[in-house]
Amino acid sequence: MSSIAHTQKRGFAGTVWDYLTTVDHKKIAILYLLAGGFFFIVGGIEAMMIRIQLAVPNNDFVSAGLFNEIITMHGTTMIFLAAMPLLFAFMNAVMPLQIGARDVAFPFINALGFWLFFFGGLFLNLSWFLGGAPDAGWTSYASLSLASEGHGIDFYALGLQISGFGTLMGGINFLVTIINMRAPGMTYMRMPLFTWTTFVASALILFAFPPLTVGLFMLIFDRMFGSGFFDVAMGGNTIIWEHFFWIFGHPEVYILVLPAFGIFSEIFPTFARKRLFGYSSMVFATVLIGFLGFMVWAHHMFTTGLGPIANAIFAVATMAIAVPTGIKIFNWIMTIWGGSIQFTVPMLYAVAFIPSFVMGGVTGVMQAAAPADYQFHDTYFIVAHFHYVIVGGIVLGLLGGAHFYWPLMFGTMLSEKLGKITFVLFLTGFHLTFFIQHFLGLMGMPRRVWTFLPGQGLEAGNLISSIGAAFMAVGIIIMLVNVVITQKKNIQVGRDPWKDGRTLEWSLPSPTPFYNFKQLPLVRGLDPFWIEKMEGKTEMTPAEPIGDIHMPNNSFVPFVISLGLFIAAFGAMYHADEGKGWAIPVLIIGMLVTFGAMLYRSIKDDHGYHIHKEDLLDDAGKGGTH
Amino acid sequence: MANLHPNSGDPKVTYEYRRKKHAEEMRMQVVTFTMMIFFTVIAFAAVGAGFSKWFIVPFVLLLAVVQVIFQLYYFMHMSHKGHEAPQLFMYSGMLVAFLTILTFVTIIWW
Repeated sequence: MSSIAHTQKRGFAGTVWDYLTTVDHKKIAILYLLAGGFFFIVGGIEAMMIRIQLAVPNNDFVSAGLFNEIITMHGTTMIFLAAMPLLFAFMNAVMPLQIGARDVAFPFINALGFWLFFFGGLFLNLSWFLGGAPDAGWTSYASLSLASEGHGIDFYALGLQISGFGTLMGGINFLVTIINMRAPGMTYMRMPLFTWTTFVASALILFAFPPLTVGLFMLIFDRMFGSGFFDVAMGGNTIIWEHFFWIFGHPEVYILVLPAFGIFSEIFPTFARKRLFGYSSMVFATVLIGFLGFMVWAHHMFTTGLGPIANAIFAVATMAIAVPTGIKIFNWIMTIWGGSIQFTVPMLYAVAFIPSFVMGGVTGVMQAAAPADYQFHDTYFIVAHFHYVIVGGIVLGLLGGAHFYWPLMFGTMLSEKLGKITFVLFLTGFHLTFFIQHFLGLMGMPRRVWTFLPGQGLEAGNLISSIGAAFMAVGIIIMLVNVVITQKKNIQVGRDPWKDGRTLEWSLPSPTPFYNFKQLPLVRGLDPFWIEKMEGKTEMTPAEPIGDIHMPNNSFVPFVISLGLFIAAFGAMYHADEGKGWAIPVLIIGMLVTFGAMLYRSIKDDHGYHIHKEDLLDDAGKGGTH
Repeated sequence: MANLHPNSGDPKVTYEYRRKKHAEEMRMQVVTFTMMIFFTVIAFAAVGAGFSKWFIVPFVLLLAVVQVIFQLYYFMHMSHKGHEAPQLFMYSGMLVAFLTILTFVTIIWW
C-alpha cells in the first residue's frame, strides 16, 4: 500500500519537494508548462516594449542599445525558452499516453533535461540584472557578437549551451520511448500524428543541436578563451558561425512547427468526428519535411555571397518544402469536410491556423526565390513572414493545444466563453500586428531598427502594428485569468471530457493514475479508443493480466547536476575579467558539483520500486485514485 | 519473426537452426575478415606504388568505406533483423554530416 499512499495529500513544501525531485512525465510536463509559460510572458513583455518604442516615429521610450538587447532577448526567449519548452510540455504530457507507455524510456534523463533547460534559461535572463543582456540579435552573427562589449553574448552562449544540453537529452529520450515503448499492437502506422511529429521533431533535435553546440563552443572559446575561429584577423572565418547557426536554425523551425502540426492533427479529427484524412500521406509529409529541413539552411544566407549555384540549389530545395506542407494543409481541410463539426475553442484555433499559416508559407516561397530575397532581406517583410509561421503556426497550436489538453493535464476544463474571447482578441491582434508589416517591409523599413523618421509613410503602419500587439497582450491576459478561475473552481471533468476522444490518452481515468496504465492496452487500429467506443465499450481491451508495475524513484540529482553547470557558467564567464580571482574557483566548484552528482548517481544503486498487484486490485473501482 | 535471430534465446528457435545460422555467420565473418585484410594490403600497396594522389586518396577512402560497411553488417550484426531504427538514424546522421562537410569545403571561401 505504501507505493500508492506515496501520492497522498501533502503540504505546500511537500508539493514543491515532489516537483523538484519528480521523474514522472506528467509532472515534468507541468514543470515545462510553468517554466515555458513564464518565459513566454517575459518574451511577450519584451515584444510589447518593442512595439511601444516603434508606435510613433522618433520615439525614445528605450535607448538604441537597450532596444538591441530587447529584440535579441525577445527572439532568443521566445524560440528557446518559450516555444520549445511549451511543446515539450505537451510532448511529455501526451506522447507516452498516446502510445500506451507507463513513462518515457529514461525518466531520470527527462527530469535532467528539464532542469538543464530551466537553469540555462535562468542564466540567460539573469543577464538583465548583471550588466546587460545580449545585443547581437537572436542569430548572434559572429562579427557582431565578437565585437559586443560586456558579458551579454557570454550569457547567450553559455545559457543556450546549458539549455541546449537539456533539449538534446529530451529529444533522445522521446526517440527511444517511441521506438521501444509502444503498447502491444501500436505499430508505427497506427501511431497518432502527434506522436509521429514528436518522433520526427526529436530526430531533428538529435541532428540539429550538435551543430549549435559546436558553434556555441567556438563562440565561447573566441570570446572567453582567446581562440580565433570566427576572427578574420587571426585566419578564421566569420561565415562559419552563420553556417553552423543555420544548419541548426532551419531544422529548429521545423522542430517547433511539426509538433504544432501534430496538435492540430489531433484536434481536427476529434471535433470533426472523422478520422484524419490521408493518414499515411500525413506521415509521409512529416518525414519528408524532416529530411528537406536539413537541406535548405542557406536560404537564410542568400545575400552572404554563396554564389549563384549554391543559391539556386537552396532556392529549389526550399520551394520543394511547400509540397509536403501543401499535402498536410489539404488533408486537414479534407478532414473537416463533411464532418460533424463542433466549434470548440481548440477547433477555432485549428481552423484559424490554416489560412494564417498558409499566408506565412506563401511569403516563404516568395523569399525562396533568391533574386527576390535580395529585396526582402533584412526588412520588415521577413519579420512579418516568420511571425506568420511562428505565431500563426506554433503559437496558435500551443494555445489550441493548451485548451485541448488542459483536461488531460489538470482534470479541469478551461472556460469556453473566456477561451473564445481570448481567441478573437489574439487572432485579430495577430493579423493586425503582422499583416501590415509585409507592406512596411516592402516600403523599405529595415528589420531590427530602433526608430524611424516621420514623413516616410511608415507612421500609420507602425501604429496599427502596435495596436494589434496590445490586442494580443489583452488576449493572453484573459487566458491567464481563465486559467486562474478554472483552477480555483477546480471542477473535475472526468474521463474523455471532449466526449469524442479518439486516441489512447483519453481512455484513461482522470486524473491520470501515476502509473498511467494499470494494464497495457491492446491497440487494434488507428484511433484505438474510438474503435473500442464504436463497439460499445468504455475502456480499452487490456493486453496483459494485472501484474506488478515497476516504477522509478524520485531523485534530486537532476536538479543538482544542472545547478552545478549553472554555477560553473558564472566562473567561465568572469574568469577573463580583471580582479575577479574568484572566477576560476567558482568554475571548478560548479564542475565538481555536477560531476560529483553524476558520480553519486553512478555509484548508488537505485532500482526503483514495485506497485504490487494487490494494491492495483484495491485501486480498482476507484478509477485509479490519486 | 523479429526475434528469430540466433542470439534471441527463444526456445522456438531449434538447436539445429541455430547451429546452421552460427556456421553460416562464422563463414561470412571469416570471408569478410580476409577481404578486409586484403583491402588493407591493397591500400598500402597503392600508396607504395606511387600512383597520382588524385587516384590514391579516393581509392583508399573507398576501401575504407567498404571496410566500415563490413564491420557494421557482419561483425556488429546490423544485417540482423531489429536494426532498422539504428540504420535509419545512422544513415540520416551520415547524410547530415556529409552535407555539412560538403558545405564547408565548397561554399565557404577562405
